[in-house]
Amino acid sequence: MSLSIADPKMMASSSSTRSLLRHTFVLTRRSVIGRLRQPAVLAPAFIFPLFFAALGSASFNKLASDPYFTANIATSFLNYAVAGAVLQGVLFGSTSAAGDLATDIEQGFFERLLASPISRTAIVLGRLAASMVVACVQVVIFMTIFLVAGARIESGPIGFIGLIGGGALLALAMSAMMAGLAIKSGSPEVVQGAFPLVFVLMFLSSAFFPRHYMKGWYRTVADWNPLSHVVEGMQGFMNHELSASQFAKSWLIPFVLAIIGIAFALRALNNRLAAS
Amino acid sequence: MSNTIAEQTVNTRTISDGARPFEVVAILVKRSMMRVRRMPSAFIPSLVMPVFQLIAFSGTFGFAVTSLGIKNALDWYVPLNAMQGASFGALGVSFGLINDMQTGFFDRILMAPTPRWVTVVSSLAAAVVRCVVPITFVVIVGYIGGMNTPGGFMAIVCVAIASIAIAVVAAGFALGLTFRMRNLGAATLTQFAIFFTIFLSTSQVPLSAMSGWLRGVARINPMTNILRFARQGFLGDVTWEQSWGGIIAMAVLLILTFIFAMTGIKKFDQ
Repeated sequence: MSLSIADPKMMASSSSTRSLLRHTFVLTRRSVIGRLRQPAVLAPAFIFPLFFAALGSASFNKLASDPYFTANIATSFLNYAVAGAVLQGVLFGSTSAAGDLATDIEQGFFERLLASPISRTAIVLGRLAASMVVACVQVVIFMTIFLVAGARIESGPIGFIGLIGGGALLALAMSAMMAGLAIKSGSPEVVQGAFPLVFVLMFLSSAFFPRHYMKGWYRTVADWNPLSHVVEGMQGFMNHELSASQFAKSWLIPFVLAIIGIAFALRALNNRLAAS
Repeated sequence: MSNTIAEQTVNTRTISDGARPFEVVAILVKRSMMRVRRMPSAFIPSLVMPVFQLIAFSGTFGFAVTSLGIKNALDWYVPLNAMQGASFGALGVSFGLINDMQTGFFDRILMAPTPRWVTVVSSLAAAVVRCVVPITFVVIVGYIGGMNTPGGFMAIVCVAIASIAIAVVAAGFALGLTFRMRNLGAATLTQFAIFFTIFLSTSQVPLSAMSGWLRGVARINPMTNILRFARQGFLGDVTWEQSWGGIIAMAVLLILTFIFAMTGIKKFDQ
């Protein structure tokens, strides 16, 4: 009875939205399981950020005796290094996730997905959602280790959620851009080849050391680098009272980047479909 | 026909007398360099990365060393990045060896009438030749950036010796692992080993600035002595006090890795 009353367009729309969500969920689950089955690929995204954070806090902890650092930046270098480690881990993880997508294309699994009756958008969204899930787990694991090692979240539980959200949105942004590249090229080598660019961006930011202490052109580049502001938003959660600017920096910037990245990925998908 | 056999006999005698092995080494080194020319994409990262790291380290962590009285951050980071670039450049030897194993060329080298040490020494010599370019590149960028060399020409000599030694150590370790593992994992493991050994030393800041566990690890890490040897001419005069620890560390590592590579090729034979 209700079916006969309902608007067919609305019905079709809600049904397609439901199937998009269902397909996205299934592909997200597949992608997450796929990543968990490759611990060797996932390991660098955990080992290197934690190593660099430990190294940085042991190498630069004397910086904490600088009054400017303690008053404006962080109480200890470990507290400062947490956000950089989160950023690094998320960027490593997102790149390897895009590499998996390129491998799917290279091995022909992507073609099979295209031939099956599932939403094409879900193919991309599933990968991106999986990156967000992995990033959330990553941030929680990192935070647990850092809290045990003596770090403190000055902004409290909401700051903790802020860090997880920031990490997830950054993963979305980065994996969307890398997924676009993966779809466009269809080659895992191209995706891996783009990683040094991410590495360069990371170093030319305040992920490893405060911008305040940088000089010359290096400082100018770090000032303009969006990653500096994202990581400083996350550092804000760790080292200062809760404020709107922390969310604006660590959530809004990755969100805007994510929109650009998703548009790029969907466009690359459309081009690939048109070409095939 | 009999002439050819006679010539071969003479040649074999010459080889057993030890006159030819160094010619073989030279030919294998030349072959390794031809690989660099034919596949520059495999070599360029080992050239670009140390220069990028030099810029990134001095730009990012510059304050951490200049606040300790070092005039220019490049004075601290040029020797580190020259050594890092040399060691990663030398790893190409391991990749080449794996390629030779996969294509069967290595079996032909083993069947050739040359002693086994020739194979190892030619790979180490190739590593030395390969590492010259990254070292030169890093030093030139350092000069352009305004690094100081109060130790004069000896500063460059020390950094070159340390970088070449680390390249040979890295190549020897990679060869030893490659003969045992026979896959690309050997090169990856060597990269990890070099990476962690370098970073767990005075790579970023001097010992006096370190705290906690890192200070303890860096103090016993031989890389700390080698870095001190390499850096001395950039921070002051070259002296025996600053040198002997590094010289001993380099000598011990060179001997150990050569033995590791030689025992590796014997295991490969078996």
